[in-house]
Amino acid sequence: MSATAAPRATLPRPVEEVRADFPLLASRVNGKPLVYLDSGSTSQKPASVIEAIDSYYRHSNANIHRAVYELGEQSTALYEGAKQKVADFIGGRFEETIFTRNVTEAINLVRYTWGRQNVSRGDAVLITQMEHHSNIVPWQLLCQEQGATLEYLTVDDDGKLDLDELDAKLGEGRVKLVAITHVSNVLGTINPVKEIARRAHAAGATVLIDGAQAAPQLPLDVAEIGADFYGFTGHKVLGPTGIGVLWGRRELLEEMPPFLGGGDMIKTVELDHSTWNELPWKFEAGTSSIADGVGLGAAIDYLSGLGMDAVRSHEQDLTSYLLERLGDVDGVRIYGPSSAGERGGLVSFTMEGIHPHDIAEICNREAVCIRAGHHCAQPLMRRLGVPATARASLHVYNTRDDVDRLIDALARAKSVFGV
Amino acid sequence: MDALYREYILDHYKSPRNFGELEPRDVEFRDRNPLCGDELGVHIRLEGDRVADLRFHGEGCAISQATASIISEELKGKTVAEIAELDRNFVTDEIGLELSPTRLKCGLLSLKVVQGALLGTEEWPGGTPDTDPRPEEVARLRNEI
Repeated sequence: MSATAAPRATLPRPVEEVRADFPLLASRVNGKPLVYLDSGSTSQKPASVIEAIDSYYRHSNANIHRAVYELGEQSTALYEGAKQKVADFIGGRFEETIFTRNVTEAINLVRYTWGRQNVSRGDAVLITQMEHHSNIVPWQLLCQEQGATLEYLTVDDDGKLDLDELDAKLGEGRVKLVAITHVSNVLGTINPVKEIARRAHAAGATVLIDGAQAAPQLPLDVAEIGADFYGFTGHKVLGPTGIGVLWGRRELLEEMPPFLGGGDMIKTVELDHSTWNELPWKFEAGTSSIADGVGLGAAIDYLSGLGMDAVRSHEQDLTSYLLERLGDVDGVRIYGPSSAGERGGLVSFTMEGIHPHDIAEICNREAVCIRAGHHCAQPLMRRLGVPATARASLHVYNTRDDVDRLIDALARAKSVFGV
Repeated sequence: MDALYREYILDHYKSPRNFGELEPRDVEFRDRNPLCGDELGVHIRLEGDRVADLRFHGEGCAISQATASIISEELKGKTVAEIAELDRNFVTDEIGLELSPTRLKCGLLSLKVVQGALLGTEEWPGGTPDTDPRPEEVARLRNEI
């Protein structure tokens, strides 16, 4: 896997300095310094992102596009400039980079446009058992609507996919779309998306990658991956909520009908029909989340300043440490690949005799934020045979001290429950 | 450590009363906590319109399991009409503490399945906030905890 072979870049500044860029991480809960280990749900924001949003509203707020006055030109330049930064960040082109509300909307955009146009009775959509609900439910709805079938690749006991099974499914000749997560939000597994895209394309299928957990921590190059659609969400990459990204191949985007109709996405409007704006605006109806787009641009600047190779190395080192410390706790069971090189920066686990909710509740008493539940992946929970897991997820601002505090909180949980 | 995990709760969690299957039984019901997917089921035997016996089964967190255990004794002997009137306050009085907005459904799942079995209702017991609690609910509970 390319992630394991990546050069060992280091952060340009000590992690304590990076951490200090995030105002919320200086908080105290119950008198104890906050330890935030839920970045897989949403990341914290550096001051530069918060300031970019504040500054936009204080100094640059005007509706984008078509404003003749200078303020409007300034807001348009900030918003579209942010989109260009995002395109550069993922190795895509500007006209192929669409701002959405989040990755869920990005996936639903493809469902309603490309999906309705290309998936019909007798076809299949192929996903995996490790998908987030956001990459399951839209395809269930599409398949029900179109009379197609939804099929799943299984997950093995090490939390990985079997590419022979992929070949077998593709060989049946019915798969129109392969929709798959880049990094599992429960198992942490980094899927071989480039190889999956290659095989799917050879079988004539289109490929969508859910990059919600990958974009925050892996260097990305959508052109190199070779997928047709790639989606991610701003609030997990240190940006604000309310802004997400769909990257799509130009040839496909041009053939697709619009998603939402309204202002901004049109070229001309007649009484009985309209024509569509250029890419990417054809898919951006109505006034966008302008300030959030600008904030996302600031987040991309921040991550690019650290270097995504360095971000990945930091998280991989910390994941190794987390796996090692968790592995030393009696009664802990860890899910997903055993090697940090095959994982993103998150670890799901259960503890003998303590329900994940209770683990998270006691961690909260110790000011350690972790998530517990089904992580919006109920089919995967059933595959793993557990109702819920606890999950600690990392970002570039986390330290070994954070991991140590988690391990101390788990010891506290064991003492409370007498296990 | 604090009220939530005091000995009384942990004792009921580790040694739940009235857990298992009930044969013969008159009604049964299962449901899940949308927060975590935990499932809880109940079997009930009636004498006339009174609950003669009941058993819970399923797995869940300390709060959901202990609450089921604690209320199980109280529910025996109550009429269907009496149980229909029970709400969130019954549960929090029985366990002797308020629950945070996110944990309320853990605590109310047992009463929900009992009402579902006896009344055929799909609704949560009265006083249950939505999954996304209202701001004043959050503020009130934050003050009480």
